[in-house]
Amino acid sequence: MPKTKSKRIDLDAKKAQKLFYQMLLIRKFEDKAAEEYTKARIRGFLHLYIGEEAVAVGVIQALTDEDNVLATYREHGHALARGMDAGVIMAEMYGKQEGCSRGRGGSMHLFDKSKNFFGGNAIVAGHLPMSVGMALASKKQKKNNITCCFFGEGAAAEGEFHEAMNLAALWQVPVLFVCENNVYAMGTAIQYTHSMQELEKKGAGYGVKSSAVNGMNLMAVIDAANEAVQKVRDNGKPYLLVCNTYRFRAHSMFDAELYRDKKEVEEWKKRDPIPEFQKFLMKQKMITEKEIKEIEKQVDTEIQKAVDFAGEGTWEPLDQLTKFVYSEREMK
Amino acid sequence: MTEFLMPSLGADMEDGTLVEWRKKSGDRVRRGDIIAEVETQKGLIEIEVFDEGVIEKLLIKEGEKIPVGTPMALINPYGAEAETKKETVSKKKEVELQPIEEKTESKVMEKSTKKEIRIKATPIAKRIADDKGIDLSQISGTGENGAITKEDVENVIVQKKEISKTVKGEKPVEKLVEAELAKTEEKQVEGAPEKKEAQPIEAELDKMEKQPVEAQKEITVTPAEAIRSAVAAAMSKSNREIPHYYLEKRIDMSKALAWMKEANRERPIQKRLLPAALFIKAVASSLDELSELNAIWENGLQLKNEINIGFVVSLRTGGIIVPAILQADGKSVDEIMEVLNDIIPRARALKLRSSELSDSTITITNIGEGSADKVFGVIYPPQVAIIGFGNITEQAFAENGMLGIRPVVNITLAGDHRATDGITGSRFLGALNKYLQNPESL
Amino acid sequence: MSQSIKTTYREALKQGIREALLNDERVFLMGEDVGRYGGAFAVSKGLLQEFGEERIMDVPLSESGFVGAGIGAALAGMKPIVEVMTVNFGLLAMDQIVNNAATLLHMSGGQLNVPVVIRISCGIGRQLAAQHSHSWEPFFAHVPGLVVLSVGTHEDARGMLHTALQSPDPVIIIEYTSMLNLEKEISADAGAVNITQAKVRREGKDISIITYGAGVYKCLEAADELAADGIDAEVIDLRILRPLNEETFLASVAKTHRALIVEDAWRSVSISSEISSRIMEKAFYELDAPVNRLCGVEVPIPYPLHLEEASVPQKSDIVNAVKRIINP
Repeated sequence: MPKTKSKRIDLDAKKAQKLFYQMLLIRKFEDKAAEEYTKARIRGFLHLYIGEEAVAVGVIQALTDEDNVLATYREHGHALARGMDAGVIMAEMYGKQEGCSRGRGGSMHLFDKSKNFFGGNAIVAGHLPMSVGMALASKKQKKNNITCCFFGEGAAAEGEFHEAMNLAALWQVPVLFVCENNVYAMGTAIQYTHSMQELEKKGAGYGVKSSAVNGMNLMAVIDAANEAVQKVRDNGKPYLLVCNTYRFRAHSMFDAELYRDKKEVEEWKKRDPIPEFQKFLMKQKMITEKEIKEIEKQVDTEIQKAVDFAGEGTWEPLDQLTKFVYSEREMK
Repeated sequence: MTEFLMPSLGADMEDGTLVEWRKKSGDRVRRGDIIAEVETQKGLIEIEVFDEGVIEKLLIKEGEKIPVGTPMALINPYGAEAETKKETVSKKKEVELQPIEEKTESKVMEKSTKKEIRIKATPIAKRIADDKGIDLSQISGTGENGAITKEDVENVIVQKKEISKTVKGEKPVEKLVEAELAKTEEKQVEGAPEKKEAQPIEAELDKMEKQPVEAQKEITVTPAEAIRSAVAAAMSKSNREIPHYYLEKRIDMSKALAWMKEANRERPIQKRLLPAALFIKAVASSLDELSELNAIWENGLQLKNEINIGFVVSLRTGGIIVPAILQADGKSVDEIMEVLNDIIPRARALKLRSSELSDSTITITNIGEGSADKVFGVIYPPQVAIIGFGNITEQAFAENGMLGIRPVVNITLAGDHRATDGITGSRFLGALNKYLQNPESL
Repeated sequence: MSQSIKTTYREALKQGIREALLNDERVFLMGEDVGRYGGAFAVSKGLLQEFGEERIMDVPLSESGFVGAGIGAALAGMKPIVEVMTVNFGLLAMDQIVNNAATLLHMSGGQLNVPVVIRISCGIGRQLAAQHSHSWEPFFAHVPGLVVLSVGTHEDARGMLHTALQSPDPVIIIEYTSMLNLEKEISADAGAVNITQAKVRREGKDISIITYGAGVYKCLEAADELAADGIDAEVIDLRILRPLNEETFLASVAKTHRALIVEDAWRSVSISSEISSRIMEKAFYELDAPVNRLCGVEVPIPYPLHLEEASVPQKSDIVNAVKRIINP
């Protein structure tokens, strides 16, 4: 595992607890989502982020509200870290019109324009070119915001990854590419999909600055993300940050995990980012047992509220089916 | 008590086979514990339990295949709080989204009541034909694959229009002349040309008596082609729409002629009777008995009260005209003769009144001149019958086992089979014969 | 009546782009060879010199990449004109066009507009063989969420872009390489045109010839020839392939009672299939003959000229088809 520069991070107890809370919220939310799925209240596909929480939380804390965020179909954690309401996300997954996308998208298409959260994209690597374009727009409009684009190592094999990297570097636009390497592209391990498995080395081929970080360690991710974001914002150039992580659950709910060893999963679970961070905080005396319990309770309440909210939600009336195909403004 | 159900692990998962229980009755379970192993189409999947409690009972045996949602085990939860939470959640109704109903259009099979062959016409041709009441089955189409086109239908309409220019109605020949009558500027003796009801006989007779022929309105001579096409249209329509049946009877005229000869001895020349008058009266009387033949067919049989007998007059210039003897049943043979004497010259001069042209309820055609023995007529719509009288010729006639030479007339009846059946026509001919055998009764 | 000027289709397109760049600083042109090369078909010649690199961007050969980038830029408040050199390369960008541009408004529950304009050249272009001669208008016209325009006349070449840039929704503008050199007259003050209505290019009463794109001028010429034979044809330029302005052609069929649809695209599952269905559904009782279609022959476009010409409807084909319909 490549080393990250050790840096002293300015992290006060309040922020630290907030980040802990975020990771826990994501963990329990995903857990609940799994349950709701087995009870057939969430349908279609469900891709859970359990085990990878440190990446979303660690990177997004480095961004401002004006920055743009694009993610994949495994985006519940990113949506929550970005500050979207758990109930609104749950309602979306139920398909209720109180959901963030009016129930039209479901689990894979969470959007919130007010939080500059641009999905929720289900075509692997399909959103990478868009993120370059958004960064291009920032540059042309002389705005200070950057665009942060999350994707998996599977996407790094797609043509659109390579085109996007080339364009970003060629046009010198402020986009942070965050590659979450969770080792498996659905059911195929990285050694079967990439000729160059050290993904951060791909950046050099395009003239894009890159680095890799241990994605199971929140502090490491915070450190790397702060640095990367700063570089992008200062230089207006793209950066590729590879976060090496692992998903504890299957690719999606309906996955027998025939492609990996249970032992391997157990090994990675030992590096669970949440207990690790908790331990760290306690050691640094930034949190007490009591506070942990309070946070847990808070999270449980919030999750239950979310489920209730989604459960009480309403179905969009059938006669609205053809809305949102074209804007309702008058066409000339 | 909480039920643990076979979970849905994918939108397309319908069932799973329980391979192995990982817990047994009495075991404590916590959220996240693996409770069993289930075989699915994707492979073996460990299923977890989300509730806390003690397993009360396992409901499914290893090896059983069960649908998603089937209760697999009973779990006794810790504390009542968990119970109520479960209830509120499970009470939430699932609203079934109705599938979008596709607008199904009920198929209306058009039944062709008369014809089995499908008429090929373009949609707009059909539409226009429907609007104007044109029968498509008689038009030959010039469109692709012989389809009847808009132009084909419009041509027929134009033809019809040429015949009955400004007047609505169903009797082209009469209406043509009527139209001509209407055109004149002379003072109108009658009312509007379109009236259908006949004037009271008395008024008619009065007018006829009071006004000499010359004072009646003059009409312009109508061109022969116009009459020809009017006739053509009428006959075509008849052929298209009316299913004709034909009957004939040979009638011995010896008694009738003998009676007529006697009657004529007492009459001045201008009042002498001709067989035509006899025929007309006989027909009128027969119609009294067989009133279904004195009718029109317009969406059904409509019996007529008056018996107005039209009879066909050949025009010297070509073509025919059919004046009517109004209220023939109420006239004596003499009166009928009088009418004939008056009307035939006027007919030939095309100087007829509209009522004389429009109100026939039945038609007689007499092929008196020429060489044919009998005539099978074409019914004038909307009438339902036409009677044809052939020449009275000397023919062999059998009676009481004896063969003689008698003056015989071949009488034919063409009937509209929608209105009447052969038996009616046959009876009519029988009645006709009866009257002609007893001429004094006429 | 204002003065008219002679212009080529190419020049009309250029003026449209130029005007757009002048009017709105959010507008910029991005595409392969649009700048230093002067435009693959010389449409944007001189624009780089006039507007600079920020407004006229040469892009690498990454259709998916730069079309996606254009979509992203539109999401973030710019007004990009993305030029895809030809529709033949457009397949590479279909994922971005269909799964992003056309779908974001819907997937986000109405939150995200994608006001991107994508110009794509289309159709046969003089013996360029199968991979460079496609007429793929039907592919785009099939997708809800896209506005699809077909530039069949000089007037539209000059004016459609402006209005397309006002649209909050993604617009695909399909242009035709075969017409680039063609010179016609347009009004001297020609400018923006609507992108909602089909247009009756020639009024007539005997038959409705419905067409778009490369078919428009061909059908107008055919109509002139037919007039000499006493057949008065009405020619309708669809202009907008999605959403179709069906009122115009339905009204025409109600008047003439006959329809012939002409297009270069392959016959099966084409624009004419859709038009024919709509006429049958909504103007059935007006028809005096079956709706006829004259389409591209179902063959990849061949290289030799005589075969290429036989692959798409020509003026004489249109004339003969009309005559057959009028006098079967």
